[in-house]
Amino acid sequence: MKKDLLGIDDLTGAEIHLVLDTAEAMREIGQRPIKKVPTLRGKTIVNLFYEPSTRTRTSFEIAEKRLSADTLNVAVATSSVLKGETLADTALNIEAMAPDMIVLRHASSGAGHLLSRICRSRIINAGDGMHEHPTQALLDAFTIREHKKRIEGLKVVIVGDLLHSRVLRSNVLLLTKLGAEVWVSGPPTVVPAGIERFGVRVSPRIDEAVEGADVIMMLRIQQERMNGAFIPSLREYFTTFGMTEARVARAKPDVIIMHPGPMNRGVEIASEVADGPYSVILEQVANGVAVRMAVLYLLAGGADVD
Amino acid sequence: MPVVLDAARISRSLARIAHEILERNHAVDELALIGIRTRGVPLAKRIAQSIREINQHDVPTGALDITLYRDDLMRTPVGAQPLVRKTEIPFSIDDKRVLLVDDVLYTGRTIRAALDALIEFGRPKAIQLIVLVDRGHRELPIKADYVGKNVPTAPTESVQVHLTEIDGRDEVEIQQS
Repeated sequence: MKKDLLGIDDLTGAEIHLVLDTAEAMREIGQRPIKKVPTLRGKTIVNLFYEPSTRTRTSFEIAEKRLSADTLNVAVATSSVLKGETLADTALNIEAMAPDMIVLRHASSGAGHLLSRICRSRIINAGDGMHEHPTQALLDAFTIREHKKRIEGLKVVIVGDLLHSRVLRSNVLLLTKLGAEVWVSGPPTVVPAGIERFGVRVSPRIDEAVEGADVIMMLRIQQERMNGAFIPSLREYFTTFGMTEARVARAKPDVIIMHPGPMNRGVEIASEVADGPYSVILEQVANGVAVRMAVLYLLAGGADVD
Repeated sequence: MPVVLDAARISRSLARIAHEILERNHAVDELALIGIRTRGVPLAKRIAQSIREINQHDVPTGALDITLYRDDLMRTPVGAQPLVRKTEIPFSIDDKRVLLVDDVLYTGRTIRAALDALIEFGRPKAIQLIVLVDRGHRELPIKADYVGKNVPTAPTESVQVHLTEIDGRDEVEIQQS
């Protein structure tokens, strides 16, 4: 593993499998009466979140605590960022207090790369703008592998707001690296130009895309990043691209339905589907803790530090 | 490479240990065998099998991975992290007499880590230690309760345990490292 985890792009297939295998072992810790191991004792981890997040921040914090690291959360709403400090200056000031790792969530693509260049601490990208969200893709892969026992050769369909989704990018990179057949579907206004070059099949018709799928992954309509007229209305979006039981029925009988959250029920996914027997959405959340423990453990070691 | 234990000797040692366990522990239903990954796990299963053959009693077995409790983690500036494998203890160890099983007892640091790990799973009545080979050179005040064979070694040597379940053959040999 490299010093930092900035994106799936930096990982080899073998490293991805190492993370997933390590996560298998980490998950067991969460089932013990005392859910804690002493592994990262004395390590300090700063969670620096410039965007709102419940799931990811909580998940990282629980993972850090289960490994006995000292953690602190910098909530941007109460920090000197509001006084005009730049990301680099904030990072250097935090770094002056000698943390071992910084977990960064930021609205700008490449924010993690900037910190990686100027910081000695290990940087974990917890989502940077529209670029990558590597731990989400890893926990998705972990969940798929658990249900299907493999990733290679599976038909995985990703539906929704493709353009604004860092989850899509990380998942496409990971799933194609591991040999899955990836299909994407969404309104033409949010299909990134040239996405076929990532080795995915594009279909504007969701009914065709989900045909015979092993895995369906729904993406959230990211209204906060949509500063243009991408879709006519949420109701129309649901009619054309919403995941309904009728559409699920076109996939394989043992299909699993995933969603990185937060869900917009009745927009990209029907409530019956979100709560249906094939839905693994809450398992994804549970697996997120184990996968993040694995990433923290693997990065904390003496990997090739520059 | 001198072979210090062959397949027949390994199997006799484990059978003897099974008898010793039953001699020292009268309440058989309090017993539990927990093997330390990797080679402690098949050894624990074999001892459970021996006990079953002697008195038809099933002793529950588990597997313990001590990687996350090692005292040498995070101490080296280079190199990848040791591989973490799954701990599987599918029963409560509260009030059990836990028989901890490992292949080789050397510095004692693995056992120290295993004791720390075990205590977090509950409060056993007692923990006893079983090893196939005790090669000496302890760095901590730790002693085995059941030993397959004491093998005097030099610190420059390494003891290689091969077990059929993992390595395709049963053999213990000493290597010059």
